[in-house]
Amino acid sequence: MPYIPHTEADVAEMLAVIGVSSIDDLFCEIPANLQLQPGSLDIPKALDEPKLYAHLLELASKNVDLSKVTCFLGAGIYDRYIPASVGAVISRGEFLTAYTPYQPEASQGYLQAIYEFQTMVAELYGCDIANASMYDGATSMAEAAIMSTSLNKRQKVVVSAAVHPHYRQVLDTYCWSMDIEVVTQTTNHGLTEPFTEEEAACYIVQYPNFFGSIEDLAAVREACDKNGSTMIVVSDPVACALLKPPGHFGADIVVGEGQPMGVPMGLGGPGVGLFACKKDLIRFIPGRIVGKTKEVHGDKPGYVMTLRTREQDIRREKATSNICTNEALMALANTVYMIALGKNGMRSVAESSVRNAQYMISELEKICIGAMTNRVFCEFVVTLPKDAEWVCGAMLDKGILAGLPLGKYYEGPPNTLLICTTELRTKDQIDTYVSALKEVLA
Amino acid sequence: MRQTTVPEPKLIFEKSRAGRVGCNLPKCDTPSVELNSILGETREDLHLPEVAELDLLRHFTNLSHINYGIETGFYPLGSCTMKYNPKINEMTARMTGFANLHPLQPVETIPGALEILHGVQSILCQVTGFDFITLQPLAGAHGEMTCLMLIRAYFESRGEGQKRKIVLVPDSAHGTNPASAARCGYDVKSIPTDAEGNTNLAVLTQVLEEIGDQVAALMLTNPSTLGLFEPNIEKICKMIHDAGGQVFCDGANMNAMVGTTRPGDHGFDCMHLNLHKTFSTPHGGGGPGCGAIGLQKHLEPFLPKPVIRTENGEIIADEDRPKSIGRVAGFYGQFLMEVRAYTYLMAYGKENMHRISKFAVLNANYVRARLKEVLPPAHDRPCMHECILTAERYKKEKGVRALDISKRLIDYGFHPATNYFPLIVPECFMIEPTETENKETLDEFCDALIAICHEAETDPDLLHNAPSTKIVGRLDETLAVKQLDVRWIPGAENKEYTRLRQAIQ
Repeated sequence: MPYIPHTEADVAEMLAVIGVSSIDDLFCEIPANLQLQPGSLDIPKALDEPKLYAHLLELASKNVDLSKVTCFLGAGIYDRYIPASVGAVISRGEFLTAYTPYQPEASQGYLQAIYEFQTMVAELYGCDIANASMYDGATSMAEAAIMSTSLNKRQKVVVSAAVHPHYRQVLDTYCWSMDIEVVTQTTNHGLTEPFTEEEAACYIVQYPNFFGSIEDLAAVREACDKNGSTMIVVSDPVACALLKPPGHFGADIVVGEGQPMGVPMGLGGPGVGLFACKKDLIRFIPGRIVGKTKEVHGDKPGYVMTLRTREQDIRREKATSNICTNEALMALANTVYMIALGKNGMRSVAESSVRNAQYMISELEKICIGAMTNRVFCEFVVTLPKDAEWVCGAMLDKGILAGLPLGKYYEGPPNTLLICTTELRTKDQIDTYVSALKEVLA
Repeated sequence: MRQTTVPEPKLIFEKSRAGRVGCNLPKCDTPSVELNSILGETREDLHLPEVAELDLLRHFTNLSHINYGIETGFYPLGSCTMKYNPKINEMTARMTGFANLHPLQPVETIPGALEILHGVQSILCQVTGFDFITLQPLAGAHGEMTCLMLIRAYFESRGEGQKRKIVLVPDSAHGTNPASAARCGYDVKSIPTDAEGNTNLAVLTQVLEEIGDQVAALMLTNPSTLGLFEPNIEKICKMIHDAGGQVFCDGANMNAMVGTTRPGDHGFDCMHLNLHKTFSTPHGGGGPGCGAIGLQKHLEPFLPKPVIRTENGEIIADEDRPKSIGRVAGFYGQFLMEVRAYTYLMAYGKENMHRISKFAVLNANYVRARLKEVLPPAHDRPCMHECILTAERYKKEKGVRALDISKRLIDYGFHPATNYFPLIVPECFMIEPTETENKETLDEFCDALIAICHEAETDPDLLHNAPSTKIVGRLDETLAVKQLDVRWIPGAENKEYTRLRQAIQ
């Protein structure tokens, strides 16, 4: 085995030092009836490296990946360009193969990068502070909701129906296990109706919402103030390079999925959960936080994980969350992405996405496909004259992932489609989409 | 990493100059639009750094030089299984046919991805001895929580949900165990460990007699966090089952068992795995994790959605699961990590799988034997994949703590071991060498530790002040909490900075 370096001579010397005659002797405490014969598992035989590579390449080539089709599918995971520098940095063994930086003196590189990550996430969301990352957008939102129940000592959360359906399903699961009630707030024309539910620990909206529309966050803030509820906003960080960010509307907690910033779609994982909030809430937040400090015996600055007494390894059942491992490597990818694009690149990516969406909406109108609204960031809902699943199947035959049919998620006729245009879509691709759709519907 | 004269690193924000861009982005070819009329209010400022691509690369290359990974050197952190992460896994995970898949694209377009997921599930079923595996959980603690949710759903389906509200957790357990139990609405009761390092059966018997009908589950780590195999495991599982409870196995220590023994055969009802420990997906500096769980048939109806399974010979992603606990993650779990794990499992295969545990246990016992004079083992028994030693003597005699010894290891070019866990061993020093380390590395490490222990006798301050050869000396964690500087503030050099800094504190 290439990954196990022991020679026969090594093994003999090591056994002599230990004082046993065989490796099997070291397993003497495992009852004999529970021990397996080596090689007795019913699993495939080992593959050498060239065969392994070929096998995986064969499996990979069975999939219709985005090198084979043009993607107009978004809904929380986005086809955005990943600068070459991102892959170069996160492939470095010093980062890729490090453990959680519990020993700060041996982990200054990562800790500084995460401090920079926290700074930029907080900046994008317009919040005071951010943590060092969560698992993904959906679990980050669920954690925020649970945090609000301990802030307000209320056992009910209210979530807009215009929040990503999968996020709401994860919220349901988390809340069920903690006996927290979940109330869904209805929408009208793709926008959340005013929140009025009393005794709510929090109100949760998405911005831009699942349908791409821009919610009125000032109104949500007012409702929160009126009812003493925590304001939680799920937000696409890329959109926040252009939109007035949720924190500037007074959101208490802002969460989101960091995948659009330098992380491959990868069938949805690993992504990275973003979590930012107001400074007063810092002692309640889940997950790790990196802080700046100085040497004990000197003046040099350095970085450490801080406010550790919130965490499970110290606080055990009284911790703010059970999260331990987070998504550090993807947070590093986000960090490199935000730096590579910088202030102007981030705005440019966001603006191109808006322009492409507006162009596509106007071109679709020309073939009598109307969007629910054009006040959107980079996604919009259209109503088709035919079943959306069927249309998507026909469009796929023409090499286009046409969008997400919404019939599976929302009541009503199964002919609504959620379409997404990132900065990677071109005028030609949009024109091709529109003419293909025209043919499919003809 | 072993350089001693690296200049103090600046923050990327201090390197920013207006107008620079670090990436050659596409130019938009659709008509420009009036942004405010579409989006309403747009933001005025955006303080992100502006640097050229080379500056960016130098920034991170220099940061990487002050960070320690497995590829830098020996990483003996106990309980973390810091084994080599093979490079072929990185190549396969980057194949476009895996990396560029959208989770919501039609399931008929991802047969290769489903084969990966199903392949990992099938192999892990065999390796763990469980009937089912799901790859939905996103990390180890997430897997623990999912297991407890399955147990909760199981008891609710039997009308015992209100009655069984207690989870038993040994005092040696990882902190995530009680935290995950609390997350699922359970009260936690601690079970002590006996003098030999096993679960205290007398106490367990008594607890079960008193409150057995309220117990939902026992969460047991096997081998324990003391690095010891629980010899009474079958008996313990039976005791819990007789009381009507379920037994969860914390699989953090699976590396000791791969191919040698299977938790599913021990009597456990479910377990979590850390694919980022046992099955070589990279730790990435603290994540992504990858937390598969295994379970017996009676828990299967409650599996989180979607369930990847075969139907009429085809692999499907089943969403039609009326008894499911629901969704625990956004999509299919950590798919690209599953690609890495699959690559690893297929590299070992049927004929080699057992070598993982055999050589992991050999290495741990070798380190234990070589160090026993200076750092005696906490228990006089063969250890499994990690050895737990105690530095109590140096604390008593010289005021040198386990942490001081660990920090001195950094000066010798090694990553420290785990200290102060498990909590029940005084001045605990926990070493997990893993099977991928060669004898010379283990010898160098042991020689260094022996030398450090002599230093503790002769020059304790050398250890108190360690590390002394790194870019920074020992850092003040108390000050970090006190001043809470968790972000850089735009305009750091002017008055605005001070004002905002104070506002944040």
